[in-house]
Amino acid sequence: MNKTNPRIAIIDYKLSNLFSVKHACEFVGMNAEITSSRDDVLNADGAILPGVGAFGDAMKNLENLNLVSAIKEFVKSGKPLMGICLGLQLLFSESEEFGPHKGLGIIPGKVVKFPSINSDGRVIKVPQIGWNTIHTPDSDPLKWQNTPLLGIADGEFMYFVHSYYIIPDNTRDVLTTTTYDTITYASSILHDNVIAFQFHPEKSGIEGVKIYKNWALHLKKLNNPNI
Amino acid sequence: MKKGVNIRIIPRLDIKGPNLVKGIHLEGLRVLGKPEDFAKRYYEMGADELLYVDVVASLYNRNSLHDIISRTAKEIFIPMTVGGGIRTIDDIKSVLRAGADKVALNTAAIKNPEIIREAATIFGSSTVTIAIEAIKQPNGDYLAYTDNGREFTGVEVLDWAKKIESLGAGEILLTSIDREGTGLGFDKELTKRIAAAVSIPVVACGGPGKLEHIYEVIHESQADAVAIASMLHYDLIGQGNASAKYEGEGNTEFLKKKTGTFGKITNTNISAIKKYLFEHDIPCRYRNE
Repeated sequence: MNKTNPRIAIIDYKLSNLFSVKHACEFVGMNAEITSSRDDVLNADGAILPGVGAFGDAMKNLENLNLVSAIKEFVKSGKPLMGICLGLQLLFSESEEFGPHKGLGIIPGKVVKFPSINSDGRVIKVPQIGWNTIHTPDSDPLKWQNTPLLGIADGEFMYFVHSYYIIPDNTRDVLTTTTYDTITYASSILHDNVIAFQFHPEKSGIEGVKIYKNWALHLKKLNNPNI
Repeated sequence: MKKGVNIRIIPRLDIKGPNLVKGIHLEGLRVLGKPEDFAKRYYEMGADELLYVDVVASLYNRNSLHDIISRTAKEIFIPMTVGGGIRTIDDIKSVLRAGADKVALNTAAIKNPEIIREAATIFGSSTVTIAIEAIKQPNGDYLAYTDNGREFTGVEVLDWAKKIESLGAGEILLTSIDREGTGLGFDKELTKRIAAAVSIPVVACGGPGKLEHIYEVIHESQADAVAIASMLHYDLIGQGNASAKYEGEGNTEFLKKKTGTFGKITNTNISAIKKYLFEHDIPCRYRNE
C-alpha cells in the first residue's frame, strides 16, 4: 500500500459486484477499499458510488446503512465523487423504476425507462447490454478538456448494461451523449465535483481504464498541487 | 440487421488445470499454453468479452479456474464469463468474487432449471448465461447434452431455449458439438432456430474456420455474438509469443511441433475479424481510423 496514493471508498450497499471497480482503482495507483461505513466514506479522498440492480432497493439499502446523508455530506465537502451505472442514476432527484422513487437529489433531473417500442414502431431490446459509443454534446471538441475524458476520442466505445437512462434538468451537466436504437440520451454527467457514467469504465477496455487514470491524476493533484 | 446492437467477438478459453487447451468436438484436448497470456493479448487486441470454460470441471468435480480468473481480473478490464463445474448459488458467488462478471451454467440448469430463476433474482439476469451443448439427431432435431457433449439428456434444444428465457436468463451460449473444433463453420441452422425463438442474446459457438463463417452466422442466423477459439489461438501460437509457457499436464505434443496451423482452420486475429465485419456492414466495436 502506497501511503501517498489517493484513498478511495467504494460504497458498498450490498447490491453489486464491486471487485472490477476495485481492480481498476488499484491498476491506476489508487488505494481502494470496499466499504459500507459512513466514516470510511467521509474520510476518503474520493468516493465511488457503483451499482447494478434496482433503484428502489438501492435507496432502501443506502438508507438502512446510514449512507444517504454520508454521500450528501461527502459531495458538499467538495471532494471528488464518481458514480457508475445505477450509481449515476441514484444521484438524481427521482426515478420511475417500479413506481416513483426519490433519489439522492444531488443533481436535478429524473431517471426514465427505455421505451419497449421505438419511434418507428419496432421493438427495442431492453436492457441495453453491450458496447456503444459516447459523443461530445453538440460536437463541442473542448467539452472533455480538463475532465477525466481527456484523451478519449469522440465516438469511442464503452460497455453498457442498463434499462433506465437519465434526463438531467440542466443540459450543461451533460458530458457525453449516446444513442441506443432511436433514443439519444445523456450517458455521463459532470456537475461540480461529481462525475458519473452510465457505462462501466472498468469494463470498457483500455479506453475505459484511461478514465480511471485521469480521475486518479486529478485526485493526486488535489492532494499535492505541486504534481 | 439489428440496428444499434454491436456484435460482440468473444475469445473462448477452454481451461484444463493450469493450461489453455483445445480439442475437437470438445474431446482430444491438446495443451496450447498459459491462459493468462492469451487472455491478455486478446484484451489488448480489442476482444469485447472473454469466456473461460473449465472443460473438465464436471468430470472431476473441481473448478481450478478461480486462481486464473482472479489473476486475470486485476489487469483485464472487459466483461468475463466463467463456466464449467458451477453447480450452486454459492459456486456462482465465489466465481463472481474471483472477478467474473457472468457465469455460464449447463449441467446445473438442466438438472434443476429453477436455479436459473434463483440466480437471476439474486445476481441479475445479465449475470446469468446458460450454455447449451447441442448435437443434431438423425431426424434433424437438436438435443442438449452435458459434460462436453458426453451425457445425453433428451432435452430438446428449442423448447429448452424458450424455457431458459422465461426463467430469466440474460443470454444463451449455444455450442454445436458437431462443429466444435472442426473449422467447418458454425451450425447456421441451429443458431438461426434458437436466435429466432428467443429475444435474449444468443452467442454462437463452435466451428468457425474462416472469416466468412463468422459473417454468415451473424448475417444469416442472427447471432448476437460469436465465441471463437481455434482461429485465434492458433494464430497466437503461430506468432510464438503466447504459447512459450505451459505446465506439463495433458497432451503437449501439438505445441512441440510449433506449426501453429491446424486442418481447415485459417488463423486470424480480433482486429482482422472486426475489420472484416465492419467492411461487410455488421456493426461492431471497431474504429476505422
